[in-house]
Amino acid sequence: MNGSLILFYLLATAIVVFSIASVVDRRILRAAIYLLVVLVAIAGLLYMMGYQFLAAVQLILYAGGVVVLIIFSILLTSQINSRLDAPKLSHIVGAFATACTGVSLTLVAVYSFAFKRTDLEPVVVNMRSIGLELLSVEPSGYALPFEVMSILLLAALVGTVFIARKARS
Amino acid sequence: MNLTSQIPLTHILVLSALLFFVGLAGVVIRKNLITMLMGVELMLNAVNINFVAFNHYLFPHRLEGHFFALIVMAIAAAEAAVAIALIINIYRRFHTVSVDDIDELKY
Repeated sequence: MNGSLILFYLLATAIVVFSIASVVDRRILRAAIYLLVVLVAIAGLLYMMGYQFLAAVQLILYAGGVVVLIIFSILLTSQINSRLDAPKLSHIVGAFATACTGVSLTLVAVYSFAFKRTDLEPVVVNMRSIGLELLSVEPSGYALPFEVMSILLLAALVGTVFIARKARS
Repeated sequence: MNLTSQIPLTHILVLSALLFFVGLAGVVIRKNLITMLMGVELMLNAVNINFVAFNHYLFPHRLEGHFFALIVMAIAAAEAAVAIALIINIYRRFHTVSVDDIDELKY
């Protein structure tokens, strides 16, 4: 056992435990905080795999942006101490059955497939290679998705302002 | 740090499968729009883990999974912003965010 092995299983346990807590807890603000823990642990996992830029984006965008938006909307729409109604038993059984079936099907698929690694030389992931590939117009570049993404973000910005503005009476 | 020699790919896939179906169960169980959105975020993150793990373990000579995960993150952020604008607007009109009580367009 060495450090990164222990760290990986620690992060994996944290992700599973806190995601279940976030789904089960009836105090909605606590559920949001558990979601924050899950997102930070996933950022740690990305960092361990050597994608530092992606881990930073995960922290900034999810932990810093989406969770703050969610907590903000929780505070706008419900009391801090309010508890959600207990879900119906049939819903709990249905969700549990769906999740168990899905997980077992996925496990069968994962363990019966032989994953094969390429023999090609791994690319060095640093800011320079990420920036060059993201803006490259070569067949292997990602300039088109980058531009499509910027249009999507503009559309989301305009749509959000339009939806959330107060209608004039 | 290099994980590939120490942890098999299947362990990461099992982790992301668990996370995905916990998120799915959250969407099914919950009646509150905000908590349903949180379930969707869990599912998107599980997908992201998969993309990055496949990139890291099987195709380290390209950055395809990396950029796909980046795009999924941007779309998730846009989706969360639009969803929360809708939720705030629904709350203003119906004074609730429970999906059981928002049935104006039904029947």
